[in-house]
Amino acid sequence: MNELYAWAAVLLITVAASTGDVLLSYSMKRVGHVGEIWETHGLLAVAKRILSTPTFFLGVGAMAVAFYSLLFGLSWGNLSLVVPASASLTFVANAIAARFFLHEHVDRRRWIAAILVAGGVILMAL
Amino acid sequence: MTFRKYLVLAGITVFSTIGDSLLAHGMKQIGALSLDDVPGLLLAVLNPSVALGILLLLAFFASYMSALSWADLTYVLPATSISYVLVALIAYFRFHEAISPLRWLGIALITAGVGFVAAGPSLTRPHEHKVPASAVSQEADQ
Repeated sequence: MNELYAWAAVLLITVAASTGDVLLSYSMKRVGHVGEIWETHGLLAVAKRILSTPTFFLGVGAMAVAFYSLLFGLSWGNLSLVVPASASLTFVANAIAARFFLHEHVDRRRWIAAILVAGGVILMAL
Repeated sequence: MTFRKYLVLAGITVFSTIGDSLLAHGMKQIGALSLDDVPGLLLAVLNPSVALGILLLLAFFASYMSALSWADLTYVLPATSISYVLVALIAYFRFHEAISPLRWLGIALITAGVGFVAAGPSLTRPHEHKVPASAVSQEADQ
C-alpha cells in the first residue's frame, strides 16, 4: 500500500514540477541574464525584476505543491526510488512541454537523452 | 559556457543532492504521515534535518533560477540530473538502502542521457529578435 502511495506522490510531483519548471523557465527568460543584471545594476535590481514577473509566482506555487508531494513520497517510499523517479519523469514531461510551450529546439540529442533517462527510470522502478 | 556557469550548474547538483538527503533523513525520523495529517506535515519543518534540507533547497532554487536565465530548460535539467546518481549513492552508502543491479543499470542510463545533453549547446532560442545568429553560435562553442 505504501508503494502505491509513493507512486501516486511521484505522479503528482511530476505534473506539478513540470508545470512549475515551464513557468519558471519562461519567467527567467523574461527577466534576462541574472549574472549580467547583477553586475550592471546590482542584486536589488535582479530581485526587483524577478518579483515583478507574475508567472514567477505561479511557478513557485506549482513547485510548492511538488515539494509537499515530495515530503509525502519520502515518508512512504525509498529515497533512491521517489527522488530519481519523479525528477526523471519530470525531465521527460519537460522535454515535451519545453518544445510546445517554450518553443525550445528539442533536437535528436535531447530526445535521445529523454529516452535514456526514461529507460533509466523504468529500470530503477523494477 | 564560462567557468562561472559551470559553477552554477554544479551548485544545482550539490545543493539538491544534500538537501534531498537531509529531507529524507528528517522524514524517516518523523515516520510515515497519513494524507489527512496536515498539522503533522506542516510541523515536519521543525525537525532540524528537514529545516537544514529546506535551506539547502533554497540555495538550489537560487542557482536553478540563475541557470534558467541563460540556458534552456531542456539543457539545465539533464545537465544537472547527475544529482539522481548522487542521491542513489548517498542512499546506498549513508542510509544503507538496497540498490538492485537493474537499478544500477538505470543509474547508468540516466548518466548517459546527461552526457548527451551536456555535449550540446546550452541555449537554442536566445532572444533571437535581439541577438544575431553569429553571436549565438559563438556562445554555443564556448
